[in-house]
Amino acid sequence: MTTTVAAPATTAPVAKAKAARPWTQHGMLFIAPFLVVYVAFLVWPLLLGLQMSLSSVNIAGSNDGFVGFANYAEAFGDPRMWRSLWNTVLFTVLSTVPLVILGLVFALLVHNLRFMRWLWRLSFFAPFLLPSAVVAVLWRQMIYQPGFGLLNGTLGTDSLWLGDPNMAMWSVVMTTVWWTVGFNFLLYLAALQSIPEQLYEAASIDGASAWDKLRSITLPMLRRTTGLVVVLQLLASLKVFDQIYLMTGGGPEDSTRPIIEYAYDIGFTGYRVGYASAVSYILFILIVAVSLVQLRLLRKREESLR
Amino acid sequence: MTKRFSPGQLILLAITGVLAVIWLAPIAWAVATSLKPEADTTRLPLTWFGSEVTLDAYGLVLGTGGIVKWAINSTVTAVIVTFLTVLFSAMAAYGFARTRFQGQRVLFVAILAGIMVPPQVLIAPLFAEMVTLGMVDTWWGIILPQVAAPVIVYILYKFFQGVPPELEQAAFVDGAGRWRVFFMIVLPLSRPVLAAVAIFTFITTWNNFLWPFLVSTDPNTMTLPVGLANVVQGTFGVRYAQIMASVVLAGLPLLIIFVFFQRQIIRGVAHTGLAGE
Repeated sequence: MTTTVAAPATTAPVAKAKAARPWTQHGMLFIAPFLVVYVAFLVWPLLLGLQMSLSSVNIAGSNDGFVGFANYAEAFGDPRMWRSLWNTVLFTVLSTVPLVILGLVFALLVHNLRFMRWLWRLSFFAPFLLPSAVVAVLWRQMIYQPGFGLLNGTLGTDSLWLGDPNMAMWSVVMTTVWWTVGFNFLLYLAALQSIPEQLYEAASIDGASAWDKLRSITLPMLRRTTGLVVVLQLLASLKVFDQIYLMTGGGPEDSTRPIIEYAYDIGFTGYRVGYASAVSYILFILIVAVSLVQLRLLRKREESLR
Repeated sequence: MTKRFSPGQLILLAITGVLAVIWLAPIAWAVATSLKPEADTTRLPLTWFGSEVTLDAYGLVLGTGGIVKWAINSTVTAVIVTFLTVLFSAMAAYGFARTRFQGQRVLFVAILAGIMVPPQVLIAPLFAEMVTLGMVDTWWGIILPQVAAPVIVYILYKFFQGVPPELEQAAFVDGAGRWRVFFMIVLPLSRPVLAAVAIFTFITTWNNFLWPFLVSTDPNTMTLPVGLANVVQGTFGVRYAQIMASVVLAGLPLLIIFVFFQRQIIRGVAHTGLAGE
């Protein structure tokens, strides 16, 4: 039994049985339903988008002229594309740092508490379960509202928050941290629970303080999880659209518009689908680059688990 | 063992308590505002309670009908997406884990590569495709693009790979067919991982905004988040108690489900988030 799995850990299945065995047959029938959906709604739009990005096409599909890389050339010379790309990168950096650090801090707190853990878990994770529209409407209407919003009313400040070009991005980041930190918190919590208790017991016998244990056991044991959390967070932040579109519409003065919103604006309100596809594909290339880093991390993790 | 009420525990408790209060405050504020009479919602200085506690705002919001219809749309589409995603992905994952055929390896890599494709960059071509297929403003238009989730295939593939095949092979020897083995033995045995994946899919679908927002322009086919963002703010204008009542009603279903299924949801999210670790 165990001798049959001597094959190395590849991502693809390794043929180990002849097709004569009944339990290795009918594979395509199992895969077919998924494959149909996958080809129709992922592969096909991916190719269609590439074709569109090389042509000047509007939303109705007419005016099908091939223009080569003209859309890409236009995008690289378009200050609004650069602004929205910069906004996306800025949002990604500003949000990833607190989302990872706070996720870890919350997990360390809850993991080490002995009372009412379910309540703390609920408190920090609950916002993650809200739809983006709920979060955006709530924060825009009742929290950042300059007149009688919760923030100005409680802090005694007089800020415009989302209305101030210098503060809008920070406000969007603050809402995002509140909304999604629960996810990283859960990943860290799961990782903390998987650290063997014996390590801590052994350290206690050696007279290590709580700080020593945190520094020399907990944090090193979380290093790989941190790598994954950071990459997952980068990917999630690069795709930002919902909360920004719904809270600021990209403004004020384009100070928050992310690149997906710019592609949406061009394609769905400006009707230049070809150009919108080119702008989308610029982001896509960025995301693929980060994904490749993620794959490497996952593979490393797999190897170390074997 | 550390004593339950050690000073360290009390300090941790105090810090966590303060942070938890801050984290829950926005939700509490939405609930508090929704329970105020409309005239008290914009009053300064801020108070958490109005002159009376009233459910008027909820009555008015539910009375306009939109939110009920959107909740039904959201529930139906999220349930169908979850069902199809789990079924199709489990079949495909099993196919890759247990069967052998020509070109399998290439196909598997081609599907895994799809994990890197964010649906957000496909909105323009996907919408054009939906126009061609006549699926704009239909449930299927909302549902089908969300079913193509290769990461779920990967997670379930890893799971099936770890299950010893002896049980299934014994059933084969006893004369059970391929499909019977899959539906009567494999799926029931995989219930925990299927539940984790299903919960994760349901949450992401229920909360999805961008695609349903693009593909549904008719208020009758909108999901709850889209209706909330598109219609509620226009309908209720500056009536903040009613807007917050809509917000609470739209946010409540998953929070209630979470309170009852906390353990399963946490496992589902942590498990799926790390791609099946």
